[in-house]
Amino acid sequence: MMTLQLSGYAPSRVDARRAAELRPLVEHFNIEYCAVLDSGHIEEWPRFFAEDCIYRITARENAELDMPVGLVYAEGRPMLHDRAVAISRTQMFAPRTMTHLLSAPRIVGEEGQEIWAQCNYVLLQTLVEGPTTLHLAGTYHDRFVRDGDELLLRERQVIHESSVIANDLVYPV
Amino acid sequence: MYKNQEILDYTVGAKNRPADDYAWPADDHLIPDWVYTSQSVYEREMERIFKGRSWNFVALEAEIPNPGDYKRSYVGPVPVVVSRADDGSIHVFENRCAHRGAEFCRSSRGHAKEFVCPYHQWSYDLKGNLQGIPFKRGVNKQGGMPREFRNEDHGLLKLRVTTRHGVVFASYSADVEPLEEYLTPEILKDFDVVFPGKPLRILGYYKNELPCNWKMYHENLKDPYHATLLHSFLVVFGLLVAGNDSAMIADPVHHRHGTMASAKKEDKYAAVSEENKKEMRSFHDGMRLQDDRFLEFVKEFDSPWSVTMQTIWPNLVVQREMNTLGVRQIVPNGPHSMLMIWTMFGYEDDTPEMTRHRLRQGNLMGPAGFLGLEDNEAMKFVQEGVRRSSLDTNVVKLDAGNVGTATSLISEAAIRGMYRYYREVMGWEKA
Repeated sequence: MMTLQLSGYAPSRVDARRAAELRPLVEHFNIEYCAVLDSGHIEEWPRFFAEDCIYRITARENAELDMPVGLVYAEGRPMLHDRAVAISRTQMFAPRTMTHLLSAPRIVGEEGQEIWAQCNYVLLQTLVEGPTTLHLAGTYHDRFVRDGDELLLRERQVIHESSVIANDLVYPV
Repeated sequence: MYKNQEILDYTVGAKNRPADDYAWPADDHLIPDWVYTSQSVYEREMERIFKGRSWNFVALEAEIPNPGDYKRSYVGPVPVVVSRADDGSIHVFENRCAHRGAEFCRSSRGHAKEFVCPYHQWSYDLKGNLQGIPFKRGVNKQGGMPREFRNEDHGLLKLRVTTRHGVVFASYSADVEPLEEYLTPEILKDFDVVFPGKPLRILGYYKNELPCNWKMYHENLKDPYHATLLHSFLVVFGLLVAGNDSAMIADPVHHRHGTMASAKKEDKYAAVSEENKKEMRSFHDGMRLQDDRFLEFVKEFDSPWSVTMQTIWPNLVVQREMNTLGVRQIVPNGPHSMLMIWTMFGYEDDTPEMTRHRLRQGNLMGPAGFLGLEDNEAMKFVQEGVRRSSLDTNVVKLDAGNVGTATSLISEAAIRGMYRYYREVMGWEKA
């Protein structure tokens, strides 16, 4: 089975016309995904994923060394659900708001029912009486699967450039 | 260098005086705020503790398996390079060119035949000896180094190195005791459970900056009291509740190292008595996970404990949280900040499924871990609190009178033990 390429460069496997057809679907998905996170409705977040999904957040350093560790490492939507519930109901942390800024998605390939894509993100964090800071920046590496007219994530690898994280990462990216 | 952007960045003047202006509180059950906030105290710590008679963690051998492999690291806040020479020996030297001071090694890790400072291309071998100086004899018999210049007098600043079962330590001290004696048998016992000498497999890295004093991280892991209160995750899912078999072990010589240990009950979820529930605000009755695979404990160690968190003075934490293993290196960064560099690992002989289990369980720890992030938040709150407030002492009276090892989780004896040693090394008289 082919796996997502998390470092280095490989040319897109779809032509410009096909990429232009797929890009709005992916873009719509990503905008809605981030709207849920930025509004703080964390328990809604797992519904963007397929049941048998992979979700991982890891540093570019790990991706380049082909190391498997994740700041968050989840196999399957139930694990995402558990994380969302833990964060929204049980965890202790200072109140904060998050804002995602996204680039246009890059369509990397189309494999059967799957769309492979990338998207750069910037994640801003704002604490009480703190400045708005650049908390994380990097790239989503995604495998989408079609679900009727919509998409679901079968895999989202969140690679972050920022090598030293300011204190912690509370919410999903 | 790595400080978060802050708006409120102020320390009360009385808490930032010269170290000699302070006296230690007469009562051993109090810790003065200035140990966390004074720049002068911090500088004395760097000299007497990190550069003093201590062994500092710098690397795992699995990170530099072959001759020529190297990694950047730190001893205290000082950048060092850990390198493996052609004869297989490991060397640690400051990351500062002996010529004009450039921090010459810029990659986190890599492989090299020699180290060359990019500024004037002075070159050093893998043991830190000065090899070559361009134009050492000048050009056309003009310029160049004086006749008496000897390369061997101008190598990189080298540290002493020792290893145990694949863990590499370095020291500035010429007379620090051997590592085994430094750690004591009580601490070695659980250290050797994680590091029995079998080959490790590195699973990856986390790095974060905690806006708190470096000692708070030691204290947090010598404070079993917080674990059942702050960490609802532990409590809800029965990983640690007041009443589990547990221990807070301090090394019997100086109380500077510690092992916080607990044994998980067979049931996945906790049974908590009505009496204890009332004491624990974070307890959520009836919470269940949809996927509880990551609470599984594969009994892979010959140890009564399912969890051991070891603090090894002054800069190492060894994490064995059930099956998720890691070392955390503390890099002090001024009184108000520290870097934490996490290296997560398993063993070479792990099955692919065991590796995935370790990765899943890794969600408990790290900068986004269910436990990790709460600790980081709490310590940030403490640093902000002690810097800007009027009160000036921390109260550590639980299990009063006892110092060092504690049999109860509701104890601050290990914290008091650490500070008894700290006060002696730092040279303060009691008020």
